[in-house]
Amino acid sequence: MFESLSTRLQGITERLRGKAKVTEADLDVALRDIRLALLEADVNFKVVKEFVARVRERAIGIGILTGLNPGQQIIKIVHEELVAMLGSERYHLRLDARPAVLMVVGLQGSGKTTTAAKLAVRLRREGKRPLLVAADVYRPAAVDQLVHLGDQNGVEVHTRPVGTPALEIARSGYEAARGRGVDVMILDTAGRLHVDEAMMDELVRIVGIVTPSETLLVVDAMTGQEAVRVASAFHARLPVTGLVLTKMDGDARGGAALSIRAATGLPIAFLGTGERTDALDAFHPDRLAQRILGMGDILSFVERVQDNVDQAEAEKATRRLLENRFTLEDFRSQLTQIKKMGPIGQLLQMVPGAGDMAGAAQEAVDSGQMRRIEAIIDSMTPDERRRPDIIKASRRRRIALGSGTSTAEVNRLLKQFVEMQRLMKSLSGGKLPRLGGGLGALLGR
Amino acid sequence: MWDQVTEALIGADVGATTTLELVDAARGRLRAAGGTSSADVRGALTTEIRDRLMRAGSASFELGPAPSVILFVGVNGTGKTTTIAKLAFRLRADGRTLALAAADTFRAAAVEQLRIWGDELGVAVIAQRPGADPGAVAFDAVAAAESRGLDAVLVDTAGRLQNKQQLMDELAKIRRVIAKRLPDQPRHVLLVLDATTGQNGLVQAEAFSREVGVTGIVLTKLDGTAKGGVAIAAADRLGVPVLFAGVGEEIDALAPFDPDAYVEWLFAG
Repeated sequence: MFESLSTRLQGITERLRGKAKVTEADLDVALRDIRLALLEADVNFKVVKEFVARVRERAIGIGILTGLNPGQQIIKIVHEELVAMLGSERYHLRLDARPAVLMVVGLQGSGKTTTAAKLAVRLRREGKRPLLVAADVYRPAAVDQLVHLGDQNGVEVHTRPVGTPALEIARSGYEAARGRGVDVMILDTAGRLHVDEAMMDELVRIVGIVTPSETLLVVDAMTGQEAVRVASAFHARLPVTGLVLTKMDGDARGGAALSIRAATGLPIAFLGTGERTDALDAFHPDRLAQRILGMGDILSFVERVQDNVDQAEAEKATRRLLENRFTLEDFRSQLTQIKKMGPIGQLLQMVPGAGDMAGAAQEAVDSGQMRRIEAIIDSMTPDERRRPDIIKASRRRRIALGSGTSTAEVNRLLKQFVEMQRLMKSLSGGKLPRLGGGLGALLGR
Repeated sequence: MWDQVTEALIGADVGATTTLELVDAARGRLRAAGGTSSADVRGALTTEIRDRLMRAGSASFELGPAPSVILFVGVNGTGKTTTIAKLAFRLRADGRTLALAAADTFRAAAVEQLRIWGDELGVAVIAQRPGADPGAVAFDAVAAAESRGLDAVLVDTAGRLQNKQQLMDELAKIRRVIAKRLPDQPRHVLLVLDATTGQNGLVQAEAFSREVGVTGIVLTKLDGTAKGGVAIAAADRLGVPVLFAGVGEEIDALAPFDPDAYVEWLFAG
């Protein structure tokens, strides 16, 4: 989401690069464009004002206009200010109490219930025993929703009969958590407006009962100028410890995150990146900063791969690759593994220099092309998968018929596979393709 | 003065580009007519915004001859299901016969949520098992509306982010299934837009309109401090009116959208 914003900022500052002399008028034009880009990305107008003023002050203060490489220096200032706004430390949940209470709060429709389930799945993966407590007694079927999500993911859910007040559910949930030896109680609360006094009081009273170790404010990444007011109001009444930004798999530019950081100083703990319960990523401000600088987020990529790839399977594939015995069968099992990692477009976004490929790859998945490739391979005999060169015209026709595709598509796949084998051969020969082009260009080398 | 109104509009999520356009147009209007007071400035801007909201024609919602299929679309969490319940309540009060179609077969318990509303309102809910094909649910609902001679059927759909092409294709298919059974339907395709949304609201409006032909906008969650200014550009860009405003959690908290009252409230701070 921050990509389009950072691309725009890069485009603006790019015009200054290489200029031997930057006049005050040049600076004003660039700052005006930066202001517009930030506003269109939904950064709060007051935050934008301060941001631009800071950049301007620094630029003039250190005599940039007369110094060496002025364009370059302004780019550096803009990036530094952006990074400063995002913070640099990754936030770690503090859940030492036993049971520790993690409460999620936020406006209606921000994604609290889904986030609660995702947090439970994540904590369990880290070896903790979570208990979900359904205290949204206002939205019809909100409790059912949490129960379904708990069932689907094998997480216990504490509920009380319809009509039980939220406070009572929180209290009994806490007792249940203590009695059952639960590590973390995740308390889902009803969505509420920050200006609804009675509802905000309810949360304050719940905090008094369960004393949460973590109170996460769930914010929709598409939120506009209101984000600051909403976050400040929740922050003022409750011991909010961090933010979860949801719907990050959309195409919003996410200025709300910058605004809230600037206004409250709260750390961004997690990003919601999809509808699946495993689509919750830890937020790494330093990595995002690198991404803004065009370096890609290779660490998140590696993490995602490690979480999902079967190590033995991967080693087998690598060995076969090195021995140049990589077959369509191996290719098929790799496709399955890649699919487990989630949206491929998102994945490629994290790889340096591969940003352009991301859209095309995601399109291939969305349009069902990936499924068609799988169908084609599935329609081959084991022999054919191991030795694709035996696939002549009549076998091609049979495979096309069996997979519901066309011989042209079968041909294309076979041709691509040969290409791939050739590429892998060169890889195993130690010749790495050049991925870092974007970075080099950016640093002006 | 101009700085002040510019900030007010940007703060109301009207968007920087739209705000600059509005301010330029209002300036031109004032130059021609004369006037420099703050009341003049506000008056000129009010006229500009009203023009944009009204360009698409009157903002009144007509059900039309029976049966009317009303399809509700939007991203996740904007309030589609709640809006359906509220509109059903309104139409029931007018003596209309209705059914609700639970074509959000994806989100856990979305069907239950609609069922609870249906029970409360005494309105039939057409549903299949969770995970069922939403097109099939919509088809059933349209068939039921026809055979029972209902005035309208309100079709709930799963929230989806507009950049997920596969999900948008699914929505287009729901629309096609309805049109196949009843040509000229759905008569209304209502985009449910959350007033808290920033400039992405415009992207949403364009994408949903491209896929399923939005005919009107419902602006929800106007009972907070969010002004929902992105709806001005959205209505203008799509050439469709904002029809309703969601103003609270109660079942009767859906009001016909009044452009004059809205613009006044926009500047009310």
